[in-house]
Amino acid sequence: MFWYIVRRILQGIPVFFGSTLIIFAMVFAMPGNPVLRMFGERTPNPAQVAALEAMYHLDQPFFVRYFLYLGDVVQGNLGYTFAGQSVNEILARTFPTTLRLALLAVIIQLGIGVTVGLISGLRKGSVFDGTALVISLLLISMPVFVLGFVMQWFFGIQLGIFRPTVGAGAPWADLILPAIVLAALNMAYVIRLTRASVLETAQQDFVRMAYGKGLTRRRVIPVHILRNSLIPVTTNLAADFGILIVGATVTEGIFNVPGVGNELFKAINRHDTPEIVSIVTILVIVYVLVNLFIDLLYGVLDPRIRYVK
Amino acid sequence: MRIPRIAALVAGVAAASLALAGCASSDNGGGGGSSSGVVNVAWGEPENPLIPANTNEVNGGQILTNIFAGLVYYKADGSWDYDAAESIESDDYKTWTIKLKPGQTFSDGTPVTSDSFVKAWQWAAADPELLNQWWFIDAIAFEGGTYDGGENTLALNVVDDTTFTVELAAPRADFPVALGYSVFVPLPESFFDDPDAFGDNPVGNGPYKIAEDGWVHGESLKLVPNESYNGPRKAENGGLNFVVYASQDAAYADLLSDNVDVIDTVPVSALATFKDDLGDRAVEQATAVFQSFTMNYNLAHFGDDEEGQLRRAAISHAINRQEITDVIFNGTRTPAEDFTSPVIAGFDPASIEGSDVLKYDPDLAVDLWNQANAISPWDGQFQIAYNADGGHQEWVDATANSIKNTLGIDAVGLPYPDFAGLRTEVNDRTIKSAFRTGWQFDFPSQANILGALYVTGSGSNDADYSNPEFDDLFRQGLASPTLEEQNEYFNQAQGVLFKDLPAIPLWYGAVTTGYSTLVDNVEFGWDSWPILYQITKAE
Amino acid sequence: MSSKNPVRRAPRYVAEVDEGGLGAVDAVRVSERKSNLWLDAWRDLRSRWLFWVTSVLILFIIFVALFPGVFTNEPPNDNCQLSVSNAGPSPGHPLGFTKLGCDIFSRIVHGTGTSLSVGIIVTVMVAVMGIVLGAFAGYFGGWLDSFLMRIGDIFFAIPYILAAVVIMSMFLHDRNIWVISLAIGFFSWPATARILRSEVLRVKQLDYVMASEAIGLTKLRTMFTHVMPNSLAPVIVISTVGLAGAIVAEATLSFLGVGLPNNLFMSWGNDISAAQTSLRTAPQTLIYPSIALSLTVLAFILLGELVRDALDPRTRASR
Repeated sequence: MFWYIVRRILQGIPVFFGSTLIIFAMVFAMPGNPVLRMFGERTPNPAQVAALEAMYHLDQPFFVRYFLYLGDVVQGNLGYTFAGQSVNEILARTFPTTLRLALLAVIIQLGIGVTVGLISGLRKGSVFDGTALVISLLLISMPVFVLGFVMQWFFGIQLGIFRPTVGAGAPWADLILPAIVLAALNMAYVIRLTRASVLETAQQDFVRMAYGKGLTRRRVIPVHILRNSLIPVTTNLAADFGILIVGATVTEGIFNVPGVGNELFKAINRHDTPEIVSIVTILVIVYVLVNLFIDLLYGVLDPRIRYVK
Repeated sequence: MRIPRIAALVAGVAAASLALAGCASSDNGGGGGSSSGVVNVAWGEPENPLIPANTNEVNGGQILTNIFAGLVYYKADGSWDYDAAESIESDDYKTWTIKLKPGQTFSDGTPVTSDSFVKAWQWAAADPELLNQWWFIDAIAFEGGTYDGGENTLALNVVDDTTFTVELAAPRADFPVALGYSVFVPLPESFFDDPDAFGDNPVGNGPYKIAEDGWVHGESLKLVPNESYNGPRKAENGGLNFVVYASQDAAYADLLSDNVDVIDTVPVSALATFKDDLGDRAVEQATAVFQSFTMNYNLAHFGDDEEGQLRRAAISHAINRQEITDVIFNGTRTPAEDFTSPVIAGFDPASIEGSDVLKYDPDLAVDLWNQANAISPWDGQFQIAYNADGGHQEWVDATANSIKNTLGIDAVGLPYPDFAGLRTEVNDRTIKSAFRTGWQFDFPSQANILGALYVTGSGSNDADYSNPEFDDLFRQGLASPTLEEQNEYFNQAQGVLFKDLPAIPLWYGAVTTGYSTLVDNVEFGWDSWPILYQITKAE
Repeated sequence: MSSKNPVRRAPRYVAEVDEGGLGAVDAVRVSERKSNLWLDAWRDLRSRWLFWVTSVLILFIIFVALFPGVFTNEPPNDNCQLSVSNAGPSPGHPLGFTKLGCDIFSRIVHGTGTSLSVGIIVTVMVAVMGIVLGAFAGYFGGWLDSFLMRIGDIFFAIPYILAAVVIMSMFLHDRNIWVISLAIGFFSWPATARILRSEVLRVKQLDYVMASEAIGLTKLRTMFTHVMPNSLAPVIVISTVGLAGAIVAEATLSFLGVGLPNNLFMSWGNDISAAQTSLRTAPQTLIYPSIALSLTVLAFILLGELVRDALDPRTRASR
């Protein structure tokens, strides 16, 4: 177990280099000169373009720029944006907010998704099952911007239950509405997956056995069925967490959440290479850590899965 | 100045919960008593450090306008008056003598002197890395200015502490108007010690100053009134709180719930409803923005010959501007009648020969198009390129449809994912389609747009247009002593543009916005910016 | 998903009634047609009415996608008049008009092909990459597992918005259905791979896999014949949902300005995105393409559920 964790963490090193290289190459491949964008509709003179390109190393070949960036990163400096802001500061500012938003969304997803999925699975074909299917389908077939605007308009402006946008310091109360919108996206996945695995687990011998030895449903459902059904759901959750952090761009835009998704979208538009690469690399690292955690959780959820070595 | 693209993303609302206290609306406004409430303004994080010569987009510009006082300032109607200057005079419109009001200081207590201006301008002109450097060399054309810059490149001369002179390369009657642009503000001594630090916490001489630790990047920037400012733009409120919004829709949602007091524009999704939502707090007025699309003369079938000329005119006649502005913009835009803007002095399209080329006339359009086909048959697709991140899709598609329906050719909008991609192809002349263009006036003078877009070899001449007749008329206009004479030349020059159509004018921009129930005396200027210092708000 | 009897069945502890009769239990029926998992699934599926309903619906959607001209003569793009902007239904235009004055019905019919293609291409791409890589990682384990999963981590954590902007910019002048499918799908296979891998980790501990290895089948063969088919159930569910997600993702990319050009490609996502500015004034521009999208999504998800049930011998047996 210990060595397994050590090995996984060591694997993080090539992941770091791999992802920075891939992302750097992707940004490099984007056509369009970010310097020209700074001048708006005006065409700068060649001397200005050359001076600015030299200033941001845009005139250097790919690997020179990559290693310049890596050199900075090794010294703990993730670079500066075109606006002269430190990427370290931007990340320190935006990540916590997004993490809180994602956490809230995961809690909502798990709370509602797993419960609904469990009941659906246990009462396959019932009215509840059908209704859950229809509602989750509606959520899935509604693009997030439509859902976001509708929720903001209805709950934020018409009813006034929530603030339509997130206020200073992003208090938890303001994050609830965007978290619901975010959670709705993957809710259907969680419901369908839970239902599918509950269905499957309910047919397993150990469940029959549990009933056979006279255990009540009250005990069998949480201990035997739910616990064993959570494996695919947990895996999905790891994937979800990644989606929630990076996929929050649209939601963060609608609700004005000062988070990482928004910052990333802005950076992509500006072709702000150090910022894009740093944000995405940290996303990769967070994602790797979450996955490690999830893999360890497998062992707890399903004793048959064991880590060798 | 860069046309405001979709409000920059990212956010955080640092507004104090003033909405909770919002019982009475403040009616202590009017001219007299000043109020003490802090006005919340929707805003976007500036894209460059707050250095005047390096700020060419609206978000940074809004701050600079409020923390600096230039030699002159612009009033709501686009006229100008002295701010830091006492007088700006010239006998020949080539050598200008500028006198400052005595006893002015920066908010750090240091005095504002001739040196504060001269050193700032020389510093900016010397460094090609600054985005607005061209101002000093290109637009204003100081004597001796070159693109290479360098030390003391401008012909400026300090006479005494409150007097200095400027020598222009060519006579220019509208020079004082241009001086209201934020690039010409003075800088304190502390700037030259560490420009980078200054960009994060600028010290100015204007009606406001940045509050201590007032700038929370990505969230908000707080300004408090500057007591040492004694100019004409005295703050009438307790301060300004610029709040970063991720999108226009988010800002509008907050305006409806009084979480923000002033926004720059309502989102497209609310154009049809904002007057109902806001009642008499809705604002709709013309502004100095000109929208068009451009075909470079290297585009097949649109060259500098008879065929190209016929096709340009045909395309212009094929666009139903009135219908597009009515439907797509809910009537908030006005169809273009010339190449400038109705809010700029000298606007008089009726007197310009050939301006009816902007009239929708399907029969004439088809006729002209067929004449062009007789010279060289049309093939392929007519495309209008635009950047998809700026909310242009609807009008571009509607314009393409209008051309398609009238001329019976295949016409489409061609979205580029981002602005950089579009500008790169426009800039290196590789673009193989028409492309959207627009201009937001930097200072209220026709010379600004005509000079930058259509003079041979000028900075933003994306069409590579060159007509000596136009250049001549423009130069004569620049050197004319009175506004009337100047505009006469400019209107003649526009007559040449109507013949050649280097760009297809579409419509004029408009401010469509509103304000919250908590503020009074909200007025929007000719440049579409709210005039923030005069807004009143109860505590 | 039986609807004959919505009441929860009591758990069974005994074997099903043997339909073959007691005498046949021990006999090896050499004459019987060979059977395998997929054949059994098909036999099961064809007896369900819901399967036929969804199949007919899907076939209908595919038919619309292939032959839009059968359903409408109105051009989706070539006769858009602003004079009928956001107008309601009129003769020959059953659903009214978009903001640009295009016929909504015609755009929906012509958009079917684009949306469906994007959904299917992405789903197939993601499923194939995810299944193969996930199965290898899970079944062989060791360094291969680590390698594939870490690659997956990198790919997955790269936001598809970045991928979309990059890919759509690179193929600026030949943007088409394949390019946007690549932009959506190329970076989403790791989710499927992880799901399949975790399923494989479970399945490979099961007796029949050990049995298969015990009777001397190669590892590769065991993987393809026993492990992979038996691990597919969650992937099928997630794939049908993913198909819906891909169609919706296309809309979101349009909203962010990196989708397919609006008047070169009719797609539901494009229309839903464009309708956003008319959300409050002309909801029909939003509602109709959304209904088309929801119906399609419903059909595919239901089919996925049915196939999943049919593939699983245990749920099949309990019917």
